[in-house]
Amino acid sequence: MIDIGLSHYLTLGAIIFTIGVVGIFLNRKNIIVILMSIELILLAVNINLVSFSIFLNNLTGQIFTLFILTVAAAEAAIGLAIIVVYYRNSGTIRIEEINNLKG
Amino acid sequence: MELNLLFLPLISFIISGVFGKYIGDRISEIISSLLVSISAVLALLIFYDVIIQGYENNIVIASWINSGSLNVNWSIKVDAVSAVMLVVVTLISSLVHIYSIGYMSHDQHKPRFMAYLSLFTFAMLTLVTSDNFLQLFFGWEGVGLCSYFLIGFWYKKDTANTAAIKAFVVNRVGDFGFALGIFLIFYLFGTVNYDEVFQQVPQILNNELIFFGISLNSIDLICILLFIGAMGKSAQILLHTWLPDAMEGPTPVSALIHAATMVTAGVFLVVRCSPIFEYSQLTLNIITFVGMSTAFFAATVALVQNDIKKIIAYSTCSQLGYMFFAAGVGAYNVAMFHLFTHAFFKALLFLGSGSVIHSFKNEQNINEMGGIWRKLPYTWILMIIGTLALTGFPFFSGFYSKDAIIEYAYLRGNTAGYYAVIVGIFTALLTSIYSWRLIFKTFHGTYNNQKLKIDTMHESPLVMLVPLVILAIGAIFAGYFFKELFIGHSSSNYFWTDSIKFLIPLSSDHPPLWIIYITPIIVVLSIPFSYYLFVKNKSITNWLINENKPLYNFLVNKWYFDELYDYLFVKPSKKVGIFFWKNVDIKIIDKFGPDGISNLIKIFSNKAVKFQSGFIYQYAFIMLIGFSAILTYLILI
Repeated sequence: MIDIGLSHYLTLGAIIFTIGVVGIFLNRKNIIVILMSIELILLAVNINLVSFSIFLNNLTGQIFTLFILTVAAAEAAIGLAIIVVYYRNSGTIRIEEINNLKG
Repeated sequence: MELNLLFLPLISFIISGVFGKYIGDRISEIISSLLVSISAVLALLIFYDVIIQGYENNIVIASWINSGSLNVNWSIKVDAVSAVMLVVVTLISSLVHIYSIGYMSHDQHKPRFMAYLSLFTFAMLTLVTSDNFLQLFFGWEGVGLCSYFLIGFWYKKDTANTAAIKAFVVNRVGDFGFALGIFLIFYLFGTVNYDEVFQQVPQILNNELIFFGISLNSIDLICILLFIGAMGKSAQILLHTWLPDAMEGPTPVSALIHAATMVTAGVFLVVRCSPIFEYSQLTLNIITFVGMSTAFFAATVALVQNDIKKIIAYSTCSQLGYMFFAAGVGAYNVAMFHLFTHAFFKALLFLGSGSVIHSFKNEQNINEMGGIWRKLPYTWILMIIGTLALTGFPFFSGFYSKDAIIEYAYLRGNTAGYYAVIVGIFTALLTSIYSWRLIFKTFHGTYNNQKLKIDTMHESPLVMLVPLVILAIGAIFAGYFFKELFIGHSSSNYFWTDSIKFLIPLSSDHPPLWIIYITPIIVVLSIPFSYYLFVKNKSITNWLINENKPLYNFLVNKWYFDELYDYLFVKPSKKVGIFFWKNVDIKIIDKFGPDGISNLIKIFSNKAVKFQSGFIYQYAFIMLIGFSAILTYLILI
């Protein structure tokens, strides 16, 4: 059995982070996927914080993680609300059709 | 008095030019006529003073340019020459102002017309009263500008616009020579004030200058350059083409500018600069030659023209030729005398023809007129007076001045003088024939106009006839009254005094009797002759025309001068212009200059616009790349 250490946790965090980032710009489907990708990024950060907190025997990181989770929940709520409002206004949440910022 | 004389026309210009809209047509007409008439009265008073007391004055109004050794003043110089010009200018101008009230009664822009006339008068007065070459040049350009405005007064007519531009451009050629002459004067004398220049002339008689690789006497060069300026303004041959076209302007303008005043500025210049010209026999011969060529050329062309105003315009050109050859043979006072009398009868003829044109509702072709002398009796009589004076019928004013020119040319006694006599007498015959042709075709014979019924013809209003009557009085008596004063044997001593310099005193001999009698006899005989030719038996004229078709075409086309210039100057310069426009301007300067830069910016901004796709995921990607780039940078440092 291999010993699961800090580096594994960090690798996991990095992988999740990368998946999140790539999910933002590779996705062509749905704006909700973007929201989920943002959540993934936040989670990756949380994993990093927790693993460092155990590694350093310091509780601060875990407490911080709780805060971040709270904020992420609030953010998800707001984001979903925005998407709902947007859907009402424009009738779509397909990424290809959301290009009002075009110059 | 002189200040009022000079500035009243300017005030009149400001009032009718700036406030014309507010004070209305009638008031601006009255005010401008009144102010210019006051200035005419003042001019007469000054003229009287000059005659009686030999009054001379030089009033400095202000200093204009003070730069190093160049000191130029605004001033009013009054002496015999300028007093004569003052009278001519203000008198004719005030009569033309009054006449215009009637002539322009159907026009929309009366205040503007009055304003231009007044401005012209002011410019002409600054020209004749200057005491230096620079102020002369200012007036010179000022009258040119006003001439441009007034020729193009009916700016909706294309022909008027092109005629105005032509007048301006042809005058530029002359002005170029004139300006060079002034530069040369400043270069040689270090001053442009008449008195100082004239004083120094004898000191540089043998000075030579290299001009285009040719060594020339500097006095000759100055005189030739000044004379080129005079040729342009006075429509002498080669630079005359603008004058007939200038007839596109309203008729009062033709009378004032293109007959009586502006076109005589060249003669005035030569007379004013007599202290220089007297030392250059070469230039005097050129002037004689150019003058007599112009007199002859214009008279031949006038024989066959059909436009009433063009005939008179060529006649003006021809009479200016007479003035120049008078000056060329050294009889400056005779040139001034002819200028003086010519102003009266030529203005009379122009205004009379204006009255005819007015009655015919702007018809100018004399073949469309005829047989109306009963309908326009006053105009008819006045035109006949003008014609008699112009042709030099005995005891009318033209008789004294024109005969004096021929006599003095004879008395000069050199080859140029004799040629001038022959040409002068022959031209007098031509003058007589074309003038009577004009009268007979316009007033006698059968009525030829299809558009207007003869019963609708009516005499012009009084406001147009009164100036004509005054001019007619001048045309009859000016010669007789002023001949002793202007060209009497003692005139150079007590009237002209210092204003005209005679290096060789004018001969006081009497020319042989045949010289004195031949011109009046020719002139008188040509009246029945022309009557027979143009009224009684038209078949002879038609036969002459058909027999000499090439000659006739040559004359009708004004010796092909316009075509020649078109071919020599206008077309090549147009081609050069188009070449530079199409190739240099569009293909090089615009392509790499403004158009190039704007295209470059367009291309870049089109590329930059593509970044703004509006897709959030692309923005996020770019933000990420940027963020990682900054991070990498920070870490590496």
